[in-house]
Amino acid sequence: MRPFIELKDITKNHGDITALDHVSLKVRQEEIFTIAGPNGSGKTTLLRIMAFIDTPTSGEVHFNGVKVNDENRGQIRTKCTMVFQKTALFNTTVYKNIAYGLKLRGFSKKEIDERVKDVLGLVKLDGYEKRLAKKLSGGEQQRVSLARALVLDTELLLLDEPTANLDPKTVSIIEETVSRVNRERKNTVVMATHNLFQAETITKRAALLLGGKIVEIGTSQEIFRTPSKHLASFARLENVFSGTSRILEEGTSLIDVDDGVEIEAALRKSGKVSVFVRPEDIILSRKPISSSARNVFKGRIVEISDLESVVRLRVDAGKQFVVQITKRSFNEMQLNVRSEVFLTFKASSVHVI
Amino acid sequence: MNSEIIEITLRSIYVSGTATLLSATWSLPLGLAIGLRDFYGKRFVKGVFNAFLGMPTVVLGLILFLLIRHAGPFGFLNLLFTPLAIIVGQAILITPIMVSFTTSAVESIDPEVRDLAKTLGATEIQASLAVLKEAAGGTLLAFIASFNRAITEMGVAYMVGGEILVLTTAIALQRDMANIELLLTLATILLSIVFAINLTINLIQKRRP
Repeated sequence: MRPFIELKDITKNHGDITALDHVSLKVRQEEIFTIAGPNGSGKTTLLRIMAFIDTPTSGEVHFNGVKVNDENRGQIRTKCTMVFQKTALFNTTVYKNIAYGLKLRGFSKKEIDERVKDVLGLVKLDGYEKRLAKKLSGGEQQRVSLARALVLDTELLLLDEPTANLDPKTVSIIEETVSRVNRERKNTVVMATHNLFQAETITKRAALLLGGKIVEIGTSQEIFRTPSKHLASFARLENVFSGTSRILEEGTSLIDVDDGVEIEAALRKSGKVSVFVRPEDIILSRKPISSSARNVFKGRIVEISDLESVVRLRVDAGKQFVVQITKRSFNEMQLNVRSEVFLTFKASSVHVI
Repeated sequence: MNSEIIEITLRSIYVSGTATLLSATWSLPLGLAIGLRDFYGKRFVKGVFNAFLGMPTVVLGLILFLLIRHAGPFGFLNLLFTPLAIIVGQAILITPIMVSFTTSAVESIDPEVRDLAKTLGATEIQASLAVLKEAAGGTLLAFIASFNRAITEMGVAYMVGGEILVLTTAIALQRDMANIELLLTLATILLSIVFAINLTINLIQKRRP
């Protein structure tokens, strides 16, 4: 498939600092692509180059098969738009903020009115037209920013940490809107984030950017389901255990992670290893369950975090495990701090880092 | 109020208003460019404009007089002792004010506004105008300060205006004639113009956006 936007050997220097170091990347048409990386890894610089508001020190950018140069940059820039991490708004009403790009494109007043109304509905800010944008809450301001970008219906939408520091409700509205717009309008979305959970849930392909270099690129599953050293170097992974592994006769390995906890993993590796179990791969129950899963631990809940639709629990079973269950399950099981529970997970859910 | 006072008042407003608009044609783009761009020597350039904020009006008037007098290099323009000479002189006088105020106003705007406008499809010029619009409060202040400086200055009007009286030169002339009543009337008019303009601008700003 021909890439929609392609970066070829892009380097960007800010004085003596190399923000991007020979980055090559292909983003396919109609996909949602994530650029994940810690703060300062070059994500924003990369997006700014893709939005054509910054030019690379060296390298080429191709947009829909066309090499971008000084002559066509301005024209191509109208085919994409970007939502900034730090919400930038014009000091005027919500309506005028959203209408700005439409006015530049010569839309009639009637068309602008209709489009503004529709897009405000999309981001769940119906009736906000006359409100002063800068007087809104942080979450509402970011939704105005998103609406202002979406109303243009550009072929490429760039999102720089669109949900950083926002409340869970706003995060879910933004995530739903982006997914829906991509599904219905078939535009291409590139999102920079350090939120791996978000990267995995709404995107199919991703790249890891570290120190201005792409260190991994592939499907979200490949990158986030089986975390690498690169990912572990910046992501806050939960349920990471280190210990000594020995290979069992059945072909699996048993890893002694101290404190009387031994984890069986579907791998053949002996010696020092670090492993990782995803919180959502652990089944939590009040009583032991009969299953084929090789790992069963008894423990007590020590911490409960409510994350709107899901609940994350920290369970002390010799080692502390983080488990994620739905709110409904949480209520049905009537769990509290100090409740005794059982944790069950498969040997195949244990990944080596 | 006699017709001469009205004529002098209207001339003052016309001359200083035109000087302000004339100055804006180069000062606004200059202030915008200095505020938006990073270039070698930017601090020096800003320093120069700041230094000229306190330019003695009579010195500028003298320089202009030497330039446009009949024997001067621009004598062929026949500008001396015309309203246009005062307009040009005042426009030059207020340039540092307008440039400095515009630069500060533009620099106070979030630099992302310009990029934002560009990502929404604006050209370089449209993006710069978007920043200028965001900096409207500061830019308006630049206009007020410039107009006030122009209408209250006397050195330039005296040196290159000759017998063409504006409010300030008329006040000076009446002092010589010891006409206290007329003197106070002219001074009151001058102050009223300055206050009225400030008040109007304040009201406009309150009603934005």
